[in-house]
Amino acid sequence: MNLLEVEGKRLFFDYGIPIPMGRLSHGDVPSDFVRYPAMVKAQVPTGGRGKAGGIRIVSDVTELGKAVREIIGTSIKGHKVWEVLIEEKIESRKELYISITVDRAKRMPILMASTMGGMDVESVPEEKLFKDWIDPWVGVQPFVAKDMAYALEMEPEIAGQFLAVLQGMWRLFQDIDAELIEINPLAVTNDNRLIAIDSKVVIDDDALFRHEGFKKLSGDITPLEKKARDMEIAFVQLDGDIGVIANGAGLTMATLDFLSMHGGRGGVFLDLGGTDDPEKVKKALLLMAEAKPKVVLINIFGGITKCDTVASGLLQAFKDGGLDLPIVARIRGVNEQEAVEMLKGTRIQPVLSLDDAARAAVKIAGGGG
Amino acid sequence: MAVLINEKSKVLIQGITGYQGMFHTLKMKEFGTDVVAGVTPGKGGQKVHDVPVFNTVRAAVKETGANTSGIFVPAPFVLDAAMEAMDAGITTVVIITEHVPVHDAMKIVSLSSKLGVRVIGPNCPGVASPGKAKLAIIPNQIFKKGDVGVVSRSGTLTYEIVDSLTQAGIGQSTCVGIGGDRVSGTNFVDVLELFQADRQTKRIVLVGEIGGSAEEDAARYIAKEVTKPVSAYIAGKSAPPGKRMGHAGAIISRGAGTAEGKIKALKDAGAEVADVTADIIRLVKRE
Repeated sequence: MNLLEVEGKRLFFDYGIPIPMGRLSHGDVPSDFVRYPAMVKAQVPTGGRGKAGGIRIVSDVTELGKAVREIIGTSIKGHKVWEVLIEEKIESRKELYISITVDRAKRMPILMASTMGGMDVESVPEEKLFKDWIDPWVGVQPFVAKDMAYALEMEPEIAGQFLAVLQGMWRLFQDIDAELIEINPLAVTNDNRLIAIDSKVVIDDDALFRHEGFKKLSGDITPLEKKARDMEIAFVQLDGDIGVIANGAGLTMATLDFLSMHGGRGGVFLDLGGTDDPEKVKKALLLMAEAKPKVVLINIFGGITKCDTVASGLLQAFKDGGLDLPIVARIRGVNEQEAVEMLKGTRIQPVLSLDDAARAAVKIAGGGG
Repeated sequence: MAVLINEKSKVLIQGITGYQGMFHTLKMKEFGTDVVAGVTPGKGGQKVHDVPVFNTVRAAVKETGANTSGIFVPAPFVLDAAMEAMDAGITTVVIITEHVPVHDAMKIVSLSSKLGVRVIGPNCPGVASPGKAKLAIIPNQIFKKGDVGVVSRSGTLTYEIVDSLTQAGIGQSTCVGIGGDRVSGTNFVDVLELFQADRQTKRIVLVGEIGGSAEEDAARYIAKEVTKPVSAYIAGKSAPPGKRMGHAGAIISRGAGTAEGKIKALKDAGAEVADVTADIIRLVKRE
């Protein structure tokens, strides 16, 4: 889950990381608060706001009012702007980049810093990006911050503040189960203060059970995808016309590959995951029907999700939900025989091979050759 | 010989009294696994499919000599369960549970490497050595004993591929589902190293997917250290960039971890790469 800049900055403040003075506006124009020049920044959970016109510099209250009115209500990369952050503009003599994230390959947290802040970290040359790996049981010790400060050729006047910023970031990273804490840029002001100009905070969705306080943001998803998420079903809308229901992401992707090979295109993909509840299967089917694919290809390899659970969900969807889409089903694995028995006498005849099932679905959808 | 699990493994199930724990304990016993104990706090003294249940891992290990644990407890309790197992002297821990927070996974991996404990998962289908034992949720009927070592990042896709191999009369030495999470206790390189050293394994099937760099790392290792023939399949060629395809490991971001990049890396390393899962059979047979 991506936090908004302002949400990240509030956390920074709580963890002793200095931020610019500012306030949030939902359309109101504060007349007494702001120091000019000021920044007006659209609050949307995505990058590239500046290029999209979501960030402006204003020098008086008239310009401020104009900017607030013009930015609120616009859309940035599909995200409607509901609020803007109005902040004092920080004059910096240097801009740093700093982040803590998860290194998948090394399987531990990684601390990265550079003196080339303010730009996209992808474009910072490798030799200018300093890295250190942090043992989660040890954390960011002072010597780690000292090493990093020397690597960045930092002046002694700011090294102490740098340690405080790094340790604050680390505590925050652990406390909120973050996948990423990024400050880009971290400004060094003319009077040698460190101030976080921007914030990027991503929280691990799997850890939200420990953090009830964070509201679920809608992010970059379609309304049906949101509905699916509320039902704890992985659901992705693509641009083809064949619906795919499978259990497991890998099997779903392998199924899409078979469809492509036969000239078809998966339009909606729905991953049942591991479930033993026929009701969830039924809901998944009805959700799929809402996306209006030409045909649904069901590919289940029973393990945790048993085949008879899926069959029973299918029967319920026919009975209670009036499901009338064409369906091709391929059902294998745990309790496969039970499922085949249950589906006898219905219009679903399970196919054994995935290749045959994919071909049949493409034919019904009218694609391929 | 097989790897990671065999007829000598004494298996303990943490979370044995839960629905999944109970069901899969039975299936594992039917497969031939020596399930010696289960652990559920507060349920000590009970039996599940004739397996004695203990309150703590320490007590279970003391009474039964268990050396391998399968974790079936809900995600919020996995970190503690894994630490408990490692503290009690368990040497191989297989974490089946999905949706384990990545911070917990990193703590488990850090501790296991300090203690020299082998951790597989989280979010994995487990490990099975046909004819010997399995600590897995993979259906029993799809296996056949043989000489192909299978290693996969996916769950049900592993079933798909093992099933196709068996249907084609090709048996397996050990099938290892390493799990699709961002941080896993065991990666491709670890398993390739085991397969390369294993006398029963003559050929290797590697099943990867988009996202991360685990397949690229595997390719580098194959080029350097693996002399046994490797056939691979990478799921997700038809997946659109930037969309999460159901689990965290499978996200393409910033052009890294694409199917094309992984396929090229593996081909350059001398592995054969299948277009769709069914092709794996043709590639394995050719070897």
